[in-house]
Amino acid sequence: MSLLRDVSPRLWSISSSEQVALAKRAAQITTELQQGVKKPYKNVIDVSWGDPHRGGLKPLTFVRQVVATCLYPSLLNSEALPVDVQQRAKSLLGECDGGSVGSYTSTRGIPKIVQSVSEFISRRDGGVQSSPENIFITSGSQRSLMMVLELFVQSEGFLQTGVLTPVPSYPYFNKALSALGGTMVPYHLCEEQGWKLKVDELRRALHVARGHCNPMALYVINPGNPTGHVQNRKSIEDVIRFAAEEKLFLLADEVYQDSVHDPSCEFVSYKKVLFEMGPPYSNSVELASFNSISKGYFGESGLRGGYVEFVNLDPTVVGYVYNLFSLDTNSAILGQITLDIMAHPPQPGDPSYPTFSEEIRSIKDTLASNVHRVHDVLGDLPGISSQPIKGGMFAFPQLHLPPCVVQEAKEAGMKPDVLYSSLLLEETGLCVGAGCEHGQKEGTHHIRLCIATPEENMEEVLNRLSTFHLSFMSRLS
Amino acid sequence: MLPSRSVWICIQREKKHICHRSSQHVTGLLKSSGSPVITPSPLSSFSFSKSLSGLSAARRGLIQRKMSENGVTARRSKVLTIDTMNATVKKVEYAVRGPIVQRAVQIEKELKEGAKKPFTEVIKANIGDAHAMGQQPITFFRQVLALCSYPELLKDSNFPEDAKHRARRILQGCGGESIGAYSASQGIDCIRQDVARYIERRDGGVPCDPDNVFLSTGASDGIVTMLKLLVAGEGRNRTGIMISIPQYPLYSAALAELGAVQVNYYLDEEKCWGLDISELQRSLEAARQHCNPRALCIINPGNPTGQVQSRQCIEDVIRFAAKENLFLMADEVYQDNVYADGCQFHSFKKVLFEMGPEYSNTVELASFHSTSKCYMGECGFRGGYMEVINLDPEVKEQLSKLVSVRLCPPVPGQALMGLVVNPPQPGEPSYTTFMKERTAVLSALAEKAKLTEQILNTVPGIACNPVQGAMYSFPRITLPERAVKEAKEKGQAPDMLYCMKLLEETGICLVPGSGFGQRDGTYHFRMTILPPVDKLQILLSKLKEFHQRFTKQYS
Repeated sequence: MSLLRDVSPRLWSISSSEQVALAKRAAQITTELQQGVKKPYKNVIDVSWGDPHRGGLKPLTFVRQVVATCLYPSLLNSEALPVDVQQRAKSLLGECDGGSVGSYTSTRGIPKIVQSVSEFISRRDGGVQSSPENIFITSGSQRSLMMVLELFVQSEGFLQTGVLTPVPSYPYFNKALSALGGTMVPYHLCEEQGWKLKVDELRRALHVARGHCNPMALYVINPGNPTGHVQNRKSIEDVIRFAAEEKLFLLADEVYQDSVHDPSCEFVSYKKVLFEMGPPYSNSVELASFNSISKGYFGESGLRGGYVEFVNLDPTVVGYVYNLFSLDTNSAILGQITLDIMAHPPQPGDPSYPTFSEEIRSIKDTLASNVHRVHDVLGDLPGISSQPIKGGMFAFPQLHLPPCVVQEAKEAGMKPDVLYSSLLLEETGLCVGAGCEHGQKEGTHHIRLCIATPEENMEEVLNRLSTFHLSFMSRLS
Repeated sequence: MLPSRSVWICIQREKKHICHRSSQHVTGLLKSSGSPVITPSPLSSFSFSKSLSGLSAARRGLIQRKMSENGVTARRSKVLTIDTMNATVKKVEYAVRGPIVQRAVQIEKELKEGAKKPFTEVIKANIGDAHAMGQQPITFFRQVLALCSYPELLKDSNFPEDAKHRARRILQGCGGESIGAYSASQGIDCIRQDVARYIERRDGGVPCDPDNVFLSTGASDGIVTMLKLLVAGEGRNRTGIMISIPQYPLYSAALAELGAVQVNYYLDEEKCWGLDISELQRSLEAARQHCNPRALCIINPGNPTGQVQSRQCIEDVIRFAAKENLFLMADEVYQDNVYADGCQFHSFKKVLFEMGPEYSNTVELASFHSTSKCYMGECGFRGGYMEVINLDPEVKEQLSKLVSVRLCPPVPGQALMGLVVNPPQPGEPSYTTFMKERTAVLSALAEKAKLTEQILNTVPGIACNPVQGAMYSFPRITLPERAVKEAKEKGQAPDMLYCMKLLEETGICLVPGSGFGQRDGTYHFRMTILPPVDKLQILLSKLKEFHQRFTKQYS
């Protein structure tokens, strides 16, 4: 008899991932291919992750040179490394206790790096002040999200804490919320209007929820994951006004702030808009904004670096927030170092600047070109419709599946998009994300593809997808 | 016709699993929570009334008053306040990062700004941070990590071949051959295999299944994760977790965070902080009156107490856990840090398996390790692992789900853990240097352990048990009554008063015993043995002077 059978009901409530089954099968197929099993394809391509390096994009040279030098300071004398790499490494090591990246750092992160991050935020927001006191660096922004949720979610009391959460959403936010015992208050993004966030829908969702739970926060992802929308200033203002009226704490997931592909769109941070709206908003609306080194040009997911900035946090809770973050001891130090580079990249005139800016330009071009190709190819396929990908790292097309497929899936006890994705994987070796993982409007079905991958790989992905899709549709008719 | 037969079966099998699980969860939820009853509050006509429901009565009153004057003012009050925040978070305290440490940071700043003090630097003997105290990293580990970060260096002839070989192997285990890619939540496969082989070697061949190994973000991530699995129930059924007193405050903080019941058992200071089964029994029985004790946490070698458990003692603990149906959590992060003659590290797993199937097939155990301690002292990477034994398969699935929520541990920390469990072997180019560095660190620590004990025991009013292992001394200090009284008047723990004064007067930063827990009326501090020998000697003699001065001042 096991002691542990009686696991907290909260944990049972974390949704099991349908994606896990797909990933397992993908790994199995890879093994089969290695063992020489004949398939109509020679490898598995996995675009279900939001992971640029796994997708084949290369790390930025300057980042890796500085990290390597911090790890192995003998490289400080290496002539093979540019002077600015050595300077940066030396100055960062000077900020580490004992001059080693092997030491603990303070709870918020290395003070100098927290300072850099606050300067970065302030620059990004056109001078809106940012104070290091309000920033915590963590081992990835997911960790920040989890800690912030923990502040809200009451483990005691009769009414569950509710958080307004977009549909579709970033599934690991939803899982983190369930793990803590909170409850999702779903609001739908409007797919027909390019996944627009509409305040009416927020209001509807909130009113339905009141009475069932205690809605305390509103989670927004901008640029969108998996939806690729980018909110304009007006839309952000509306959301802020709504949060103020309804007394909701804003959680702004802005980890894709670097990735805006549509030249007519621009990333504007919630914090900037909030401050430009002036009082009473700017001095009352509570906001936590998240950023990360995992996305955008850096794509350093494995190093685990991210941060949260709090705005208008009540003074009575500040000390407790600090204590809670202290429990993590500190965030992984190489992630902190990479954040420092994100906050202060090489400048024109620095020896590393030409390479650095060239690498970024090339990634930008790749993503822009992938966005075009996805639109072109999916636009021509019958039974698929796709909204413009204005930002972020994903395409999230809708599959218009005929009733017979939906029925068959139902009989098999599967979600229709899982069924589609499984067949796609089996027949072409292409692994995509199933839309149900993210949540979607009842009766609609989607798949998610990561577009952070080299152009030739994207081409192959689209090729496999369209071949499969056409054959799938023709089999049905 | 849709999918091929085999796909159907494979997917359906997964699916069935999932459905089974979630239906269980639903019934579980219904049973445990009941349906929430919403009583209409007098404010319910206002749209924001709901968010007030969590406020204290006093605050509600205040807001109501304000509202009658001006509804808008009331809206300005925050969503997240001391009254609405998660109640368990309020109970979180973490002594090793508490007020003393915050004051130390402040003093450092003041010194930098030119403030005059009776000392020129703050010596941080409060935290087990070896590199901060000048310990050098192991060359081989850092070479491999540098190669992984910047693979161009693989062309550099200054790096030894075995380092390059390891780096290539690690990179092959990473998505896109980059340490910048996410790994599986449980950790990189080939590293988990290396961990399993290490455990087998360490435990004289007791088998280890890599599927039972979970890489973690430092050991603390593993510990907190296991606690999350264990904590359930309400009221008298709430999970109790047995921890030693003195304890490492991560445990008390995590238990507070999770709202679990902390069940104290006391180590015997007179017997070199030994663990006594009758004390475990006493503590368990007392706890059963008000909660449901489900797990027993052991730190071996001990933090902050530095004792090393004998094989016999571990057997006794295992028998006790088996008899009382307790889950064992073995914090073994100091497994290489054993200094005293006649002491040896025995892992709980090894002893468990040597006790035969009656125990090895049933007793549930999680054991934890880390890259932060031992001879490597690499705290900044947040590397670690846990091994779970006899875990119920369904619970293991919950564990997998739970770790997936935090995505993955930092990949450089995983890589480092992989190197720690698979260091250079005899015959490889880096072996000699590696062994030299490793031995140098461990023998210096052994020397400092002895030195600390000896000098402290020359001070009247300080009594220090032998530092058999780990990285700390935890001496008992006798404090004059007047000091105790003064502290109480200030609402401070007496050893906090002592440590704060020590910091202000000498720049030495220690953690008061009250942060770890101690028997009532006894006072201690925790001091690391990490400063370099010359600095440690200065520190100890300053401490000696201070103690004498303090005693005199308050007598």
